[in-house]
Amino acid sequence: MGPLIPNGLIPIEWNFIVAILIGIAFGYIMEATGFSSSRKLAGIFYGYDFAVLKVFFTAAVVAVIGLYYLDYLNFLDISQLYVQPTYLWAAIIGGMIMGVGFLAGGFCPGTSLCAVAIGKIDGMIFTVGLMIGIFIFSESFSTLEPFFESSNLGHITLVDTLSMSPYWIILIITIIAVLAFAFSDWVRSKIKKVFY
Amino acid sequence: MKEKKQKNRHVYWNPYFGGFLLGLLIILTFYLTGRGLGASGALKSGVVTIVHSVAPTHAENNAYYSKFLKDGEFPMNNWLVFEALGVILGAFLSGALTGRLKLKVQHSPKITSRRRLIFALIGGILFGLGAQIARGCTSGAALSGMAVLATAGFITMIAIFGTGYLVAYFFRKNWI
Repeated sequence: MGPLIPNGLIPIEWNFIVAILIGIAFGYIMEATGFSSSRKLAGIFYGYDFAVLKVFFTAAVVAVIGLYYLDYLNFLDISQLYVQPTYLWAAIIGGMIMGVGFLAGGFCPGTSLCAVAIGKIDGMIFTVGLMIGIFIFSESFSTLEPFFESSNLGHITLVDTLSMSPYWIILIITIIAVLAFAFSDWVRSKIKKVFY
Repeated sequence: MKEKKQKNRHVYWNPYFGGFLLGLLIILTFYLTGRGLGASGALKSGVVTIVHSVAPTHAENNAYYSKFLKDGEFPMNNWLVFEALGVILGAFLSGALTGRLKLKVQHSPKITSRRRLIFALIGGILFGLGAQIARGCTSGAALSGMAVLATAGFITMIAIFGTGYLVAYFFRKNWI
């Protein structure tokens, strides 16, 4: 039963080979859907291109349905999968800073690596910026630590937060995604095209 | 037909197709490794390595760097670093096969390359800082988190995109 490597069904030595192969697929998919272009990514915020919304939500919905289905079929133990801890205020403030960074820079870390790979100089500068940002965080860690470690709610999922069955949550998320897709197509039809 | 092709210089995959494949990849990643995808983690390993080689005692005394240097561990010997190398390789492959490999600064015709690069640097710094505070970026925290219904994943996703819409007005000249 999965996950295979933590349960010793695939020897741990394969871990890094698996990492490179998964990375290649991840990078290929992102580049092929246009995620190496900052102007395409930024389109979601101005209504001229919703590729980010469509790719991101389709992936999230497919993944969550698939993982819970594999769990239902006993191919995978969902309780063994890594759920990151929820540090409430760190997640909110960190997310907000990332939101401003996204609008200013036009990339996120994964997409900037794709941009670097195909020769976008703006992607390279963004990646240098990322490392400077990480450096600033690390150097001021003693000041930020109390906030960084505060409001820890543990490794919780929406099942705990909403006290609902995961299957209902997944159904609701799927409906929200489909409505968002329809809404985004309607918005796009109203907005002046941007060529890039 | 020919004219249409000229207008759309960038022909990308259908976003639903790309999203579907990405979803399958996330399932496979969790099924094999028990964890999701990531991107900023590799850059963090890079920063820790650089600081550690330039100023070893400083890095070992810093509460954050030292988390990744315990027991003489080598921070580049990390799943996310290998995955990120794969991302660069995969994106290069896709770009090469579709003729998109080109050294250039992409920006709106309304702004200069210089302005684009300055904003890219500022955006990168903010994103790097935010990704550390939130313990992950769009792929590691938001997307992989949502795949296992992690509350943090949804909060981070809403915070990133919600703030994006709030501040979009101020950055409009850079994009439209």
